[in-house]
Amino acid sequence: MGMRKVAVVGAGMTKFVRRAQETGKELSYEAAKMALDSCELTLEDVDGVALGTAPDAFDGVHMKGEYLSDGAGAWRKPFMRSYVGGGTGVFAPIQGWYHVASGLFDVCLVVCEEKMSSCQPHPQGAFLTIFDHTTERPLGPNLLWIFALEMNRYMQTHGLQKKDIALVSVKNKRNAADHPCALLPEPNITVEDVLNSEVLAWPVQRLDVSPVTDGAVALVLASENVAKRITDKPVWIKGVGWSLDSAHWTNRDLYYPKYVEYAARMAYEMAGIREPRKEIHIVEPYDPFDYKELHHLEGLLLADKGDAPRLTAEGVTARTGNMPVCPSGGLLGVGNPIAAAGLMKVAELFWQLRGEAGKRQVPGKPITGLAQAWGDLMQVGTVIILGIGG
Amino acid sequence: MSSKIKEYPGVALHESDFAEKKVLYTTWEPNARYAWDTGVAIGRYLAELKRGHIVGTTCHACRRIVVPPRVFCEWCFRPMDEWVYLQDQGVVNTFSLCHVRWDMERVKEPLIPAVIEIAGASKGMGILHLLGEVDPTEVHIGLQVQAVWKPARQRTGAITDIRYFKPSN
Amino acid sequence: MSREVAIIGVGYTGFRALTPDVSYKELMYEAAVKAYDDAGVDPRSDIESFVTVAEDFTEGTSIFDEYVPDQLGAVLKPVHTIAGDGLHGFIAAYMQILTGALDIVAVEAHSKASNILTPQHIMAYAMDPVFNRPLGANPHFIAGLEMNLFLSETGTTREQCARVVAKNRRHALYNPCAAFGATIEPEDVLASDTVAWPLARLDISPHADGAIVVVLASKQRAEELCDLPVWVTGAGWCNDSFSLENRDWSSAVYAAKAGEMAYRMAGIRSPWQELDFAEVDDTFSYKELQHMEALRLCRPGEAGVLVEEGVTELGGDFPINTSGGSLGMGNLLDASGLARLLEVILQLRGEAGQRQIPDVTTGMAFGWRGLPTTSGAAVILSNGYEEV
Repeated sequence: MGMRKVAVVGAGMTKFVRRAQETGKELSYEAAKMALDSCELTLEDVDGVALGTAPDAFDGVHMKGEYLSDGAGAWRKPFMRSYVGGGTGVFAPIQGWYHVASGLFDVCLVVCEEKMSSCQPHPQGAFLTIFDHTTERPLGPNLLWIFALEMNRYMQTHGLQKKDIALVSVKNKRNAADHPCALLPEPNITVEDVLNSEVLAWPVQRLDVSPVTDGAVALVLASENVAKRITDKPVWIKGVGWSLDSAHWTNRDLYYPKYVEYAARMAYEMAGIREPRKEIHIVEPYDPFDYKELHHLEGLLLADKGDAPRLTAEGVTARTGNMPVCPSGGLLGVGNPIAAAGLMKVAELFWQLRGEAGKRQVPGKPITGLAQAWGDLMQVGTVIILGIGG
Repeated sequence: MSSKIKEYPGVALHESDFAEKKVLYTTWEPNARYAWDTGVAIGRYLAELKRGHIVGTTCHACRRIVVPPRVFCEWCFRPMDEWVYLQDQGVVNTFSLCHVRWDMERVKEPLIPAVIEIAGASKGMGILHLLGEVDPTEVHIGLQVQAVWKPARQRTGAITDIRYFKPSN
Repeated sequence: MSREVAIIGVGYTGFRALTPDVSYKELMYEAAVKAYDDAGVDPRSDIESFVTVAEDFTEGTSIFDEYVPDQLGAVLKPVHTIAGDGLHGFIAAYMQILTGALDIVAVEAHSKASNILTPQHIMAYAMDPVFNRPLGANPHFIAGLEMNLFLSETGTTREQCARVVAKNRRHALYNPCAAFGATIEPEDVLASDTVAWPLARLDISPHADGAIVVVLASKQRAEELCDLPVWVTGAGWCNDSFSLENRDWSSAVYAAKAGEMAYRMAGIRSPWQELDFAEVDDTFSYKELQHMEALRLCRPGEAGVLVEEGVTELGGDFPINTSGGSLGMGNLLDASGLARLLEVILQLRGEAGQRQIPDVTTGMAFGWRGLPTTSGAAVILSNGYEEV
């Protein structure tokens, strides 16, 4: 295609915590500083900043991108905040990608921040207003409803049991025990623990869900000539894709995320991937709830419809399996500061592909990885494919 | 470089830090109020609910009858052709038994939100509503339900003019 | 630049103080249908990506991007929101085409400002929660602080600012889509209530509703589809410090830096001579003058004199805001920058009707995100005609 190549050259993140002492600006700064330090760049080397952060109602600041801008290193620089709900964390590096691939920038800092704890008495309050103001909000909906409705439809369509799905939560919370930033590492958790946890909105139980979290993650993206100058281990952005389905979510069959498939097909095509199950070596799909990992593996065409639970049960998706899925620990284990959680997945691929993931390192020297996020009213898929070599 | 970094930034606070006043904070209650124009499609939808009807629109190009109604077809990107009265009954497409409020306080009886495919509309065309007058253990996907309306004088032209849906018969 | 990008279609609604007859979705649909017809494209098969701009608290909906695809013909397509001005969204679409991965991209911006019942409170909610919000002041004080320093440092007068209002509202009389066309005198502005001295009520652009959609295409597709493509020759955007405590209060640094980036890309050294006209943000009267100076459309301290001499009015040497600007068309929230761009497109296509400037080839649009931000974006367009 002759497109300009774009590499990830640095990454940084804060600890993911229930309630951070740092302000949103300070979290953004910490992650950005670490990302720049990791590749020995300074803010002066940065041409522009792409920010990702989810609803303003969390931080409690209208136009929160503007508020966060100086913390994210955007002082007197080109700065844009993109936004696709929960899909934002994987969209922000796509936004950074088009900044650099356009030829307008050589170095772009990508920062994702979320400070959910600012929203009191519970961050769920911020989600009350995601529903249609006229036809849905008067019914008093909460966010758990849409997950429960989707999960139920998924289970019913494929005849799945809760225990098939709980395995994901167990895998990811155990994986998170090796992540130094994790909020909820559970090295000894069992399927029974998940099945016996409090029922929130059947079929969703407490341990099916990722926790409310504060945190920030940053990446440094660079053009090919700059990347090759500053690192001998650039990780290339091979493909990107995103897709948004209709707002009329009650008119769609929720058993299958078609929008994730569309986003994935766009990314596979750009990356020249014809057989994703063979060519993708490591996967970080969005897992705010355990069933979502399965749902997304199917949407990404990495599992047949309804077959992802079997792959999980057979250990294919374990860190040492044939197709490691969420070796980071995912949102279920590391935590879910919405936009930052999505970018954490991309940072994980960066570290894994460079062989720098420490105790989390997957065996077999992976060459290509995929991260995906999801959001809105069960509606948006964002996909990025990273790879080394070539 | 994950394996080389010894310490990650970020300081976790705990409830006790607030109770013992170790940290300061400010509070703010946003005054954010809106009056959304309902427009043509949803305006009529609400007016018909007040009269005790569920109304949809139909697109002659893709032959779908949709609810809630809209003035344009999102698939064909053309104006909708006709208004159609639908039945005030349908089938449960999916449901949940919700034991917590939005602030995670537990409630005594679970609320039962459901997507209900409305009879008379195309297959799969559902709306979000609640189920009532039903034993939660009896609810299942595929359950036939019908609307329970508020008395005509109490209706305001809102989705809540239907109190809930209950099992048919 | 290895790849050229053109505007191949534009669609817009009328801009009105109130639009009770349509929902925001129906408003956006109207603009989209017109833009796609103008461009000769089918959104379902031809447009590859869509960008919208929105902020949750101006919509009253969290994660507002949920509600955009249907009315844009964008269902199951690449769609994303930029929480920025319409020009930021436009530039995002522009960059997507520059990558070479996409050929046709649409950008949408809209305002349903009339649906916000507590606009001052929403604006205040954008201020720093620890340092500024507890002061409890109407955020227009920020404009008062800035205006006061601008007047005192440059010697610009309140009368000159008032002339901007009179000029732009008169321009709006010639724009059938503008909400606030009027024949008013500078004295009327000076006599209006003080909001945050020296800022008076008529120095502030009133809110309006409306929607705008613009379709962009790569050179190859543009030449296939369009007889009158308008070329994007430069784009720049910048944020100064958000903090009221640290920002530069006297000059609009964000505008200066955004302008420099765009000029550099367009190869423009002397904007005053090389541009034929401009649409620059006039959310407040003094902002038009401050932005003119920051964008080097005049020498420092000269903007007020130029408006006095009629240089920037329709028929003058360097017309500014022939559309009526935000003062005359209405403050369209984050659609304001796209409204500025809309006028530049219409002028360069020769479709500006009564307000058409003769023989124009190159124009600039500049947008600012309003209080309390320091965020601005500039886009330079050309119709490719040879200068006569």
